[in-house]
Amino acid sequence: MVRCDLETVFRREAGHVLATLVRLTGDFDLAEDALQDAIAAALIQWPADPPPQPRAWLIRVGRNKAIDRLRRRALHATRAPALEFETRLAAVGEPPPGDPFIEDDILRLIFICCHPALNSDARVALTLRSSGGLSTTAVARAFLVGEETMAQRLVRAKRKIRDAGIPFATPVAADLDARVEAVLATVYLIFTEGYAATSGADLLRADLCGEAIRLARLLNTLLPGRGAIQGLLALMLLHDARRPARVGADAEIVLLEDQDRARWDTASIAEGLTLVEAALRHPGLPSPYAVQAAIAALHAQAREPAQTDWPQIVGLYEVLLRLSPTPVIELNHAVAVAMVDGPAKGLDLLDALTARNSLPAYALLPSARGELLRRLGRVDEARAACRQAISLARVDPERRLYQKRLADLS
Amino acid sequence: MQYLLLIYENEAAAPAHGTPEEASMYEQYGAFTRDIVARGKFKAGDALQPIATATTVRVQGGKTLTTDGPFAETREQLGGYYLIDATDLDDAIAIAARIPAAANGCIEIRPVVVFG
Repeated sequence: MVRCDLETVFRREAGHVLATLVRLTGDFDLAEDALQDAIAAALIQWPADPPPQPRAWLIRVGRNKAIDRLRRRALHATRAPALEFETRLAAVGEPPPGDPFIEDDILRLIFICCHPALNSDARVALTLRSSGGLSTTAVARAFLVGEETMAQRLVRAKRKIRDAGIPFATPVAADLDARVEAVLATVYLIFTEGYAATSGADLLRADLCGEAIRLARLLNTLLPGRGAIQGLLALMLLHDARRPARVGADAEIVLLEDQDRARWDTASIAEGLTLVEAALRHPGLPSPYAVQAAIAALHAQAREPAQTDWPQIVGLYEVLLRLSPTPVIELNHAVAVAMVDGPAKGLDLLDALTARNSLPAYALLPSARGELLRRLGRVDEARAACRQAISLARVDPERRLYQKRLADLS
Repeated sequence: MQYLLLIYENEAAAPAHGTPEEASMYEQYGAFTRDIVARGKFKAGDALQPIATATTVRVQGGKTLTTDGPFAETREQLGGYYLIDATDLDDAIAIAARIPAAANGCIEIRPVVVFG
């Protein structure tokens, strides 16, 4: 195996191997160290002698490395009695051949990483580091924080898992829906963090979208037939399909209505559309993710902006407002209403939202207001809104977009 | 693992003494306590007198300073506790969620340190 193949295998298997090692050792840190030991051993042995089953190899070697580490610790233990290590050694059970738990270990790992007792920063970091096999450096860079900060965040999260007794287990049936929601919220946070990044220098962050989609696919395989998972996977695929068209040659943001739709990823769209249909077929209230995916599907199906089914989009936003009323959904609803009933109607809704001050530092609100004011010919007010959007923009490409709009208004 | 479940609720909203609401509350606590005792999860538990009876003590420069009441004004006050034996945090959460006060106040779950 050549080096880049090895890295692909490690990225694919790391989460699964770590998951089983956490179960066998009952110790997150020990499992991580053992996984690193196993990977180091693989780097030496695999180029000459690649194993037929890399995952099984890594689990077996990782387990042995964990035992080595426990033995060494027992030898150097001053305070803790050696007995504790003996007990723990005995507990690091021999994985039975064809271990029936291995398949679901990754699911248990995802549930532990996304446990509601952890804060959302910790959940995101742990999920990417553990289930995704990303290095601490990569996770830190993706979230624009220092490596030291990210390492600290991970240490604190693992300490809480250990000290608070967060179990390495699939939740009981009564809790499963709520726990799946917590996992999906984490996966979606990872996706949106990656999606918000648009410039070329942020390639690593775009990789977060791929990682979020990979996790959702995995969840959809392990917990099949759940509308919320299908809906979220569809939503992410349909948004991700537009990624090639979202950034212009000069790294500028290209808005939905200006995108070259021929550059949209048709395979992702097709997969997304199938999943949306499945997600909406479940009886009972639809998952908000599925409804958002249905909106994205309507955009994806329009060959040009003029063909967009805006009335149905307005209807779907109204469903969404009833399922999970948030100011951002209200904003999107207002924009859709403006497409159906004219800019004045949309502006009324946006002004109501502004008056309530529920989105105080959100650039998209003045940006949308500016656009509707422009369409109404109220140029001075449109300019003021544009300036406000510029001052609130979070990333440079977004700021440049509003600056260009302001220039066009003169 | 042992967990301390700290019960916080708004004292002002508690049912008055001698009312049917108070009787119903005691009944609910009784049923909950009997259940966790029967399942071997109960270690200890008590209700506390209202915050008006509280005294705070600290020693500064060798001098004992005693003040009336708790340190900070909060909307919800510590009104009681359970010490339980639970398999893990999920088990502790499931037990805490069944404490009657969880419906109108909140329960803080704290793992107990084991010195070894």
